[in-house]
Amino acid sequence: MSGNKVIKNLKSFSTAAERFEGSHVLCPGCAHSIIVREILNATNDNLVVSASTGCLEVCTAIYPHTSWDCSWIHIGFENSSTAVAGAEAMNKALRKKGRIGADVPEPKFVAFGGDGATYDIGFQWLSGCFERGHDMMYVCLDNEVYANTGGQRSSATPIGASATTSPAGSTSYGEKQNKKDIIQIMAAHGSPYVAQVAPNKWKDMIKKIHRGFDTKGPVYINAMSACTTEWKFAPHETIEVSDLATDSLVFPLYEIIDGTELNITYRPKNIVPVRDYLGAQPRFKHLFKPEYEYLIKEWQERVDAYWEYLQRREEARV
Amino acid sequence: MSKSIKDMGWDELVQGAALFSFEGDVDYEMSQVQPEDRNYAETNSRNAYVGDWRVEKPVFNKDFCIDCQFCWIFCPDTSIIARDKKMIGVDMDHCKGCGICVEVCPTNPKSLLMFNENTDNEEALTQWPEKSEEKGE
Ligand SMILES: Cc1ncc(C[n+]2csc(CCOP(=O)(O)OP(=O)(O)O)c2C)c(N)n1
Ligand code: SF4
Ligand code: SF4
Ligand code: SF4
Ligand SMILES: [Mg+2]
Repeated sequence: MSGNKVIKNLKSFSTAAERFEGSHVLCPGCAHSIIVREILNATNDNLVVSASTGCLEVCTAIYPHTSWDCSWIHIGFENSSTAVAGAEAMNKALRKKGRIGADVPEPKFVAFGGDGATYDIGFQWLSGCFERGHDMMYVCLDNEVYANTGGQRSSATPIGASATTSPAGSTSYGEKQNKKDIIQIMAAHGSPYVAQVAPNKWKDMIKKIHRGFDTKGPVYINAMSACTTEWKFAPHETIEVSDLATDSLVFPLYEIIDGTELNITYRPKNIVPVRDYLGAQPRFKHLFKPEYEYLIKEWQERVDAYWEYLQRREEARV
Repeated sequence: MSKSIKDMGWDELVQGAALFSFEGDVDYEMSQVQPEDRNYAETNSRNAYVGDWRVEKPVFNKDFCIDCQFCWIFCPDTSIIARDKKMIGVDMDHCKGCGICVEVCPTNPKSLLMFNENTDNEEALTQWPEKSEEKGE
């Protein structure tokens, strides 16, 4: 049996035979593993996976154990993309030469990277893979910080977040730069499919992962990954915080097909104020001091403007 | 190799070593075979234990469960055991006690609740709350 798993509802999804094992050492409540499970369980195909250095790689390959029940490459911080691209190119070449028979089913190639690996350190590798057009899916686990090394800011860290290299204190409100718009950047590479997903919205996520697996060429998935340790909420609140992220539109869920066809895939029934999303995470607690209230207002304006922009693009098909 | 990989130090590993998830050849489709029918290698983390991370543990009360599988999909530690669309129980070797499964359980009263790690499960079931009148959030 190969191809995407037929998933009618959560009950049918739960019959999946898991290929990501427990006793990895990710924090209790970590969203990285929820995302990985949803992706691996969405397909019946064989998988060739890599992970760049970061929480996911380090915590799922603690010597002498592996948590992966599929081919998995342990690689550097910057090059999970090229490791999988290389495997994909090799697969193509060996099939051409007949050294892998046509009867051997095609595996799916998936690279995971954190936001540090994706937005910053591995960006030129990722960009090269997309330019060359490898048939692969790249998944960024976006927790907006270099979590594995103790919470340094990355170019995914949003304005006002307190990180160890952009700490909030008596003279600073934390991170000063706005988050890089990686989804537009990857779409501008001419990628046939880019999308933002969130593990709490599993149905939307599975649909996009299925579409990604069905797409030939380099697919980019930005997966919001709520980090209990660095966002500083309690481990049992991961799904609650994720719901606030998607329902406040801080993480809008949408996809871009062939660079132009933008579809918003989730419209919250009740849009939650950005303030509620921020209030649930102590990394933003200083913003609630009277002198920084204006930052919350500005943030809400940015979110509103971006939502407006997405809607216009969806309508205009450009 | 005479020594088990588990007894070797990091400096005894061959460079570029591979860790195996399974024993011997895998001639079945992994996506179709449930864990109980797989031949795991000792180097698979399934054979490791993180149960001692817990301070509190989830206790499952099947009387109220509607098999919605919210707990299954959102467990970060592959520790909710679902078979044939039914929620069967919690894998206590791999559960870290995060409490997500309890948060997302929609029944009233909940079908999963956190108890102190040392509480006996039978005892926990006798302490189960009644259906609450409060409307869900
Ligand atoms: C070239 C290089 N620089 C720095 C490091 C140290 N390092 C390991 S993981 C990590 C942070 C990873 O952050 P991110 O990619 O966001 O993943 P996360 O841990 O947040 O999931 C860093 C800086 C490294 N391994 N290699
Ligand atoms: S620090 Fe964050 S991303 Fe890393 S394992 Fe912990 S919760 Fe997961
Ligand atoms: S407490 Fe956490 S790790 Fe344990 S079964 Fe529930 S969701 Fe999984
Ligand atoms: S979330 Fe609750 S009701 Fe749903 S399957 Fe799990 S225990 Fe049963
Ligand atoms: Mg990160």
